[in-house]
Amino acid sequence: MFGQLLAQHFVHTALWAGAVVAIVSGAIGVFVVARGMSFAVHAISELGFTGAAGALVIGVDPVLGMLGGSLLVGLVLGLLSLRGRERDSAIGAVLAFGLGIGVLFLSLYQGYATEATNLLFGSIVGVSGAQLRDLVIVGAVVLAGLAALYRPLYFSSVDPEIAAARGVPLRALSVAIFLLLALTTAEAIQVVGVLLVLALVITPAAAAQRLTGRPTLALLLSIAIALVSTEGGILLSLAKAWPPSFFITTISFSTYVAARLVDWSRSRQSRLISSPPRRMWAVR
Amino acid sequence: MSVVVVEDLALRFGERTLFDGLDFELERGELLAVLGPNGTGKTSLIRILLGLLEPSAGRVMVEGCPPRERCHRIGYVPQQRVFDRDLVLRGRDLVRFGLDGHRWGFGRFGAEDRSRVDAVLAEVGATPYADAPVGRLSGGEQQRLRVAQALVADPVLILADEPLLSLDLAHQRGVVELLDARRESAGTPVVFVTHDVNPVLHSVDRVLYLAPGSWAIGKPEEVLTSDTLSRLYGTDVDVLRVRGRIVVVGTPDDQHVHHVENGH
Repeated sequence: MFGQLLAQHFVHTALWAGAVVAIVSGAIGVFVVARGMSFAVHAISELGFTGAAGALVIGVDPVLGMLGGSLLVGLVLGLLSLRGRERDSAIGAVLAFGLGIGVLFLSLYQGYATEATNLLFGSIVGVSGAQLRDLVIVGAVVLAGLAALYRPLYFSSVDPEIAAARGVPLRALSVAIFLLLALTTAEAIQVVGVLLVLALVITPAAAAQRLTGRPTLALLLSIAIALVSTEGGILLSLAKAWPPSFFITTISFSTYVAARLVDWSRSRQSRLISSPPRRMWAVR
Repeated sequence: MSVVVVEDLALRFGERTLFDGLDFELERGELLAVLGPNGTGKTSLIRILLGLLEPSAGRVMVEGCPPRERCHRIGYVPQQRVFDRDLVLRGRDLVRFGLDGHRWGFGRFGAEDRSRVDAVLAEVGATPYADAPVGRLSGGEQQRLRVAQALVADPVLILADEPLLSLDLAHQRGVVELLDARRESAGTPVVFVTHDVNPVLHSVDRVLYLAPGSWAIGKPEEVLTSDTLSRLYGTDVDVLRVRGRIVVVGTPDDQHVHHVENGH
């Protein structure tokens, strides 16, 4: 039965859609983790949900509503370009209010409840050919944006003061990364759903940063982990008829735990041979 | 020609005047220590020299060009701020930012750039840990890498804002020696903001002392005297020289008590 499923057109579409979303999420995740933006990812995806719910109420394509919602909140957070605790509380306030509106939209919506469930938990096997095309276009925009901004983005994530002194426009970059993140989130929602976007945008990058100190290698590792999680999750869900989101989150979380273990044993080893941890890194 | 020219510079935030009528020039190879209590505009002066802050009046030129136009490379060593332990960045990546971190795109990193980064890493003695994640290095090692980052682009001027903060004595000496070496080899002047002049005392050519509402500039032995500081603060301040160290006693906020503590 698994073999028959694999031959199905919708399965191919789902696998391609998953691959696109995984590559984009894994790539942007590296910056999200370096800038400490995990909570913002969650806020953007929840408000994407509000946008989608609003679109359902007025009878518009929910994907458009999702894009609108996440881009709006991404723009606001980017313009505020807050740091640290202030950012945390601001995001929390915006997030709660947006979700409240989402609840209202859902209660107003008279259609099928499955639409809402799909938004929250993803519906990768329902992706159509036209949707796949849109995913590819948006994904290409995000990747092109990240490539163009790569160096100043990394510089300003690590050392905003010095980057500013070198003429890097911090606020413009902050807006740019939030908008790219909003696009990515709107993509990932279609695969894993609002509640599980973090599994693709945060977890792979968080695992990668435990494994290497090389920025380009971390980027590739993060993409690879996101790809394996997504494609593995979709295939397992075909075999076992459990939701793909469950398998995707499970694989990416397992990688994260494994990466932490590797990191832990590496620093333990280097302590045992009583040389500072950097020696271990230096000889690799 | 002077590398830095500061003319009639003033900085005001609303009613509050940090400094006014500030005039000085900085020659090649000179080290100017900027001293004074908190809140007198030491860091703001650095930000003006970097082109990040507009003065309320007056003008600043670096090699004949306003800093905000960024005609010339200015090396900047900020206060030591510890990097996140998990940050994905090696020492050599941090140094490379000083070369091309502000440029768009991924960037091709040619053999020439690579050898430039390697050379600077060797210059500051950071080669053994150049490939380690910066977040797992000690504060002193991180600060050496920041100095390397400031040096890598061959700056015409180096601005250091409390670069020795929270470093132990050996690393403090190391950082000062690196700056001295650069002044000697390339004639790059250094503006060095610090609350404690002692670790750099033997390297300082001139001192700019910013007190609340007034300032003085000159050789250390001219500025760091009981008379000058008493005049600046408008109250009796004593400058003591104890075993080659300078201890300032009696400033209104007693900022300088820790000069004594730092001596051990």
